[in-house]
Amino acid sequence: MTAVITKHSVLSPDGTLVKGAKPKVGDELLLEMLRWMLMSRTYDERATALQRQGKYGVFSPALGQEASVVASAMALDPARDWIVPQYRELMAVVRHGYPLERVAANGMGRISDASRIPDDVNVLPNQVALAAQLQHAAGLAWGLKLQKKDSVVMTYVGDGGSSEGDFHEALNLAGVMRAPVVFFLQNNQWAISTPSRRQTATQSFALRAAGYGFPGITVDGNDVLAVYEVATEAVRRARAGDGPTLIESLTYRMSFHNTTDNPSLYEDPKERDEAKRRDPIERVIKHLTRRGLWSDERDRETRASVRAEIDAALERAATYPPAEPSQVFEHVYAELPERLRRQRAELLGES
Amino acid sequence: MTQRNIIEAINNALDEEMQRDPRVMVLGLDVGKLGGVFRATSGLLDKHGPERVVDTPLAEASILGASLGLAISGMVPVAEIQFLGFTAQGFHQIGPQLAKYRMRSRGRYHCQVTIRAPFGGGITSPEFHSDAVEAQFVQTPGIKIVMPSNPYDAKGLLLEAIRDPDPVLYCEPDRLYRLGRMEVPDGDYTVPFGKAAVVREGSDITLVAWSAAVELCLRAADQLAQEEISATVVDLRTLVPFDVETVVGVVAKTGRCVVVHEAPLSAGFGAEVVATLAKEAFYDLDAPIDRVCAYDVPYPAGSFEAWYLPSVERVVASARRTVSQ
Repeated sequence: MTAVITKHSVLSPDGTLVKGAKPKVGDELLLEMLRWMLMSRTYDERATALQRQGKYGVFSPALGQEASVVASAMALDPARDWIVPQYRELMAVVRHGYPLERVAANGMGRISDASRIPDDVNVLPNQVALAAQLQHAAGLAWGLKLQKKDSVVMTYVGDGGSSEGDFHEALNLAGVMRAPVVFFLQNNQWAISTPSRRQTATQSFALRAAGYGFPGITVDGNDVLAVYEVATEAVRRARAGDGPTLIESLTYRMSFHNTTDNPSLYEDPKERDEAKRRDPIERVIKHLTRRGLWSDERDRETRASVRAEIDAALERAATYPPAEPSQVFEHVYAELPERLRRQRAELLGES
Repeated sequence: MTQRNIIEAINNALDEEMQRDPRVMVLGLDVGKLGGVFRATSGLLDKHGPERVVDTPLAEASILGASLGLAISGMVPVAEIQFLGFTAQGFHQIGPQLAKYRMRSRGRYHCQVTIRAPFGGGITSPEFHSDAVEAQFVQTPGIKIVMPSNPYDAKGLLLEAIRDPDPVLYCEPDRLYRLGRMEVPDGDYTVPFGKAAVVREGSDITLVAWSAAVELCLRAADQLAQEEISATVVDLRTLVPFDVETVVGVVAKTGRCVVVHEAPLSAGFGAEVVATLAKEAFYDLDAPIDRVCAYDVPYPAGSFEAWYLPSVERVVASARRTVSQ
């Protein structure tokens, strides 16, 4: 049960394979991953633009982290596995079955039963009380194990969230219970404006796994093939009853924390330039182009189909029911107590 | 028919419910072999096994946060927090998480979680063990708050809590755990939430209380009777939902009221009771409503608690004053 700390990478930034690497991802799957990554980046651009026009709420893009988000989710089987997100994993939950148009409707403030997570989709709501979700993931995984289900829970946290007490408590509990959970830590180097070196004095967040009695592994989070391999192995271990894994996915937030943020106040532009050189999408395109699996034409077609899919989702989202005052009292309790019924009547002018 | 004290009634409720519903599990600190620091879970480990009676790591937020996840997985967790004051180290998993999860997911998920927590003064327990912080949770809507005061209610309210689809904070008056026995039937029954009990009827004044303060008010009422002051005692049983109708009805009859609780005076739930009565029973009131509560100071060491907590003497004095006004 000693922690294994290796930095796993398969695909170099220039699109060549790392020396000795043997990718375990077939071409079809890689093309599917690339499409999901393009979905993520394109949606980020569209949602950010809509936010600037006042048509979308505060938004946190995953820009730069697409390999990390997409490949981790693709290691899961949506029919039986669960995602417990933080908030910067939008395409992970969409890939898992939460329809994009519903996610978009929520972003547009059209929050209603119509936009909620469908009953047959194993995704929990976004979490902005950071690291609280890790406790839920540990409990969920523990409960699934008690019920002898062969499900695995993938939960997300960042370098910032890892400083919360819940991080320690949840990983500790999951280790003790040998719960089938994968803790996927996206180290995107920033907690809003606070650099990751302010979150830990160690060289690696993955090292912490040693303290919980399960493996920790560091992976190049901008390398979709490496992330997929590491995540798949962690899911396999969890499913086999071998307990949790902590994955530290080294990536870079190539955008703002959210649409209220201004990184020019704290980020050295050189860091962003360096990150662009390591862009997770570009390196897949280079790799596929080298191998004759990608062309300008295919690029145009794919991007056009991604845009069309997103446009359609956004159009449908705009038709979702708008906020209504009566909704304020929905889903507080299974049955509204008398006192709240009176307050509801007051709000609705029925008293 | 069986005579049980509160701790036996709770133990019996847990045992029967675990037998009836295989999804029910108990988790917390020392709930296994020890049977909990007050022995509320005594014998459950042997009977229901280590998968359903679980000693957890010493971390309140973990017990509570994991309970949320366990509930979503399909289990029905009954979490024991060793003392209500210790919820401070897991508060963020109660108010912002358990209580809000139904709304945050637009009803996709709900948290059928019961949090049991002993609390209250009078047993000279160490720091943080006695704090009556129940009102803190009234400010986090989405959770129900249950405050049993006697063995019969303790069982019926606990069964109601475990079966409630929403999270319930079930606060146990540790001073009363073994104070006396009453008839607590074997087998199934529930006491509904939001129904206050008139535990003693009188005509001059109403004493409103919950949890261990009900026992205090009953003793005060005995003493008041010797002074020919006839007191009604109302046990709220649950703070959320709050049974306004019963309280207003009873206070309207006596015209006078004292609210008694172990929590500090300011912004305690008594303030909510008084404000509600001031509006809903205004024309029936014959005197200002008084409150007898703990003082607005940190819970002191055990050697001071007799002065800090509401006492029979203070309740009687307050009632006397109120009746004479």
